Amino acid sequence: MPHLTIDGKQIEVPAGTTIIQAAKKLGISIPHYCYHSALPIAGNCRICLVEVDKQSKLQISCYTPVAEGMVVSTNSPKVLEARKSVLEFLLVNHPLDCPVCDQSGECKLQDYYMAHGLYNSRLADVKVKKEKKAFSIGPTVMLDQERCILCTRCVRFTDNITKTHEFGIFNRGDHSQLDVYPGKQLDNNYSGNVVDICPVGALTDKDFRFKCRVWYLEPTQSVCPSCSMGCNITVEWDKSRPHAYKEARVMRLKPRLNPDVNSYWICDKGRYNYHFIDENRILRVQFKDELISWERAMDILAQAISPLRDSHRLNRIGVLASAQLTNEDLFVIQKLFKQLLGGVSVDFRVPEKPGDSDHFLMKADKNPNTAGAAVILASDGNAQQIMEKAKQGEIDVLYVFAHDLVKLWGKDTVEQIAGKVKLLVFQGSNINETCSYAHLNLPRSVYAEKEGTFTNCQSRVQRIWSAFPPLGEARADWEILSMLSEKLGTPLNYKDSQAIFKDIAATIAPFSEMTYEKLSDQGMLLKK
Amino acid sequence: MEKVISRHFGQDSSQSFINYVKDNGYRAARKALTHMTPSQVIDEVKKSNLRGLGGAGFPTGRKWSFIPRESPKPKYLVVNADEGEPGTFKDRYILEQDPHAVLEGIIITCFAIGSHKAYVYIRGEYEKSFQTFQGAVEEAYKAGFLGRGIMGMDFDIDVVVHQGAGAYICGEETGLLESLEGKKGFPRLKPPFPAVVGLFGCPTVVNNVETIACVAPIINKGAEWFAQLGCEKNGGTRLFCVSGHVQKPGLYELPMGTPLRAIIYEHAGGIPLGHTLKAVIPGGISAPVLTADEIDVKMDFDSLKAIGSMAGSGGIIVMDDTTDMVFAAMVAARFFANESCGQCSPCREGSGWAYRNIQRIYERTARPHDLNNLPGIVDNIGGNTICAFGDAVTMCVGSYVAKFRHEFENKIRGRICNIN
Repeated sequence: MPHLTIDGKQIEVPAGTTIIQAAKKLGISIPHYCYHSALPIAGNCRICLVEVDKQSKLQISCYTPVAEGMVVSTNSPKVLEARKSVLEFLLVNHPLDCPVCDQSGECKLQDYYMAHGLYNSRLADVKVKKEKKAFSIGPTVMLDQERCILCTRCVRFTDNITKTHEFGIFNRGDHSQLDVYPGKQLDNNYSGNVVDICPVGALTDKDFRFKCRVWYLEPTQSVCPSCSMGCNITVEWDKSRPHAYKEARVMRLKPRLNPDVNSYWICDKGRYNYHFIDENRILRVQFKDELISWERAMDILAQAISPLRDSHRLNRIGVLASAQLTNEDLFVIQKLFKQLLGGVSVDFRVPEKPGDSDHFLMKADKNPNTAGAAVILASDGNAQQIMEKAKQGEIDVLYVFAHDLVKLWGKDTVEQIAGKVKLLVFQGSNINETCSYAHLNLPRSVYAEKEGTFTNCQSRVQRIWSAFPPLGEARADWEILSMLSEKLGTPLNYKDSQAIFKDIAATIAPFSEMTYEKLSDQGMLLKK
Repeated sequence: MEKVISRHFGQDSSQSFINYVKDNGYRAARKALTHMTPSQVIDEVKKSNLRGLGGAGFPTGRKWSFIPRESPKPKYLVVNADEGEPGTFKDRYILEQDPHAVLEGIIITCFAIGSHKAYVYIRGEYEKSFQTFQGAVEEAYKAGFLGRGIMGMDFDIDVVVHQGAGAYICGEETGLLESLEGKKGFPRLKPPFPAVVGLFGCPTVVNNVETIACVAPIINKGAEWFAQLGCEKNGGTRLFCVSGHVQKPGLYELPMGTPLRAIIYEHAGGIPLGHTLKAVIPGGISAPVLTADEIDVKMDFDSLKAIGSMAGSGGIIVMDDTTDMVFAAMVAARFFANESCGQCSPCREGSGWAYRNIQRIYERTARPHDLNNLPGIVDNIGGNTICAFGDAVTMCVGSYVAKFRHEFENKIRGRICNIN
């Protein structure tokens, strides 16, 4: 393996490593625009130029492989001068419309200008005017040709990652402009990613445009709940300006690097599926037409369950759990309804139609935790049977987590069941048609409001973090069940989700030896 | 003086197969294929000191020797006939006046590098050259000098003639390869060089038309003969394209190393109408301009490099004392701004910026700091780009400002104001 020296620091890296990669290992960040580690090398922006000993010309660090004994400088006067001049060139025809640009605050032109530019403008000439500004190129993305620095990241993304080939660079010289090919639109399952990789404000997200300046955003690591792939994401929410956009907290989701799951990408379905966090939420505990307290709700539940337990008729309780729930929630359901109250029918497998899928990241199973539910609930019951029994009048308490029964079984069935069972409990996060049939509505928190883990389709257990407290009176599913367990006189005594996870690791073999610390931010595979 | 490349120029039907064969044509090809090994051919060309006459002056034999013979991939010869350098018109005459000399050179070169397919990339505007050359290719196929088992021997060569679409940058060898592959003519990152990864990812030699036209005479008459025609390390003769303010503009075949003064005053008849010489571009517009004091330079690759210019494509543009050097610089800068492929940031943005800056100077709307900034702007382009186009912008435009600064200053004087 070649040894080399970068800015006086020595390092040994595998042959074929490029200078920019070796420098990164040393903690030296070389400015770059066109270079992206998941895309082929273009070498066109020229800002990553470095000085290599015995070479008269500066070399681009994104393309130049290391060699034994190589001595590299990333901060010699010659390098700094070249870097500054590349910035100056890139800004010659840039409109400098930062005050109205969404990218402002996370723009590499701004960042590098502050770090490496800071020159006085020498430009006295008229800028080249380009055709398309604030121009829609598809359902999700807007193009601004003037802001574009022609790094071709988006071109290479659509050529090499999605292979959909929407983008091209047209014309030449300083009249070069990025555009979609005539008659084409940027409309594939991964369109939004071009906004993430665009280092400037040329490609902006219609969903995010003008909603919030990025410096008001707080990032929280999470996992996308929109399908079983479990792509790693960052929930970006407005920390201090609730008045800014319809009182919403979450402003956007961004993909987070996980080489084993989603690399740098997420699909558009996942990216834009966050509005439910702040909109149309179930905020209060409600029994029939009456708003009640949690305390009272637990009394109602306990009063319905206790007689069945005392008379050994627990088979008259049906629980429809959900693969939308975390491993921790499901474990508590399992513990309460199957261990402490043996004989309750529990299942999470409802007759859902498979959703859209492709051969990349999008999976047909739209639940984030099907694999976890299958391991933890080792289900004996069957959701369809539970519903049948409820229809027949063989169920007194039907406890439904997250599922919209009306969507799954139709209005008539749900109406019939609501008339047959003594207590229909709906524990959900968002208002749906099932709410109006449920006797007891319990507000549950959404994934961005709680800690926990999901197990994706690769059997990878991955953590989610709480970005902010639940809206209204909502609580985590496991918290609600803990309250219930106390009322039933068999307290579960979990103080947080981490305590539950410890129990999971101790009692369910595929999870053994896992801890939150070990899961870190990249997850671990279930043991076979 | 013995003519090598232009020996058939001006003769009746010089482009015809029959006339070429009558004058001992295709004898060199037969000689190479029957009496020589590929490495003997390469050695002969190395010894001849033949240099790449497209402009870079790279030793041709050495270029051929970089082709990995053991590679299982097909090898290609690409003949660069995308003659776009302003002031240059030699390849066009070769293609139109002596196309079979090029085809014979192609046969020998293909044999030397183990290639069975050659592409000739002809500048899109050269319609007549294309028609003539295409006709020659068809004649050669009919006569069995191209195709399967050429000249009755166990060697196949196919020649494909391709017309460019009008971009100067497609004359850059890797831009040409991209264009030939059907892509936008963006020069490639190097290494790998075309000899290793060239056309369609295969080992490829890219040679200029004039270079290829020298190959058959070298094989016929020997490397020593060719080498002694020229000067040290610069074998043979070359076609100088003389244009501008001279009595007799035209194409002159002269030995490598002929002094520029002799070309202008003896061969091209000097400056007309009693004017005096002001400046000369010695090798196409990319070559830094020379002042009247610098014309004693010998016209070979090494001598011109030594005085900070370049032999380039052999396009000599002569400018007399009536020439406005700011205007000349502006025209050159406009050319570069129009022809930059737009791939690398410094060249894409810098070439246009430099042009607009000079334009303002020419139009007398510039201020002193605009002129002071100009050398720095163009300096930042060269050396920092993928291909040599950026270097050309720096060297060419920079040389006008450096050598004729007083003319630039004259256009600014009067705009000096005292408002700080």
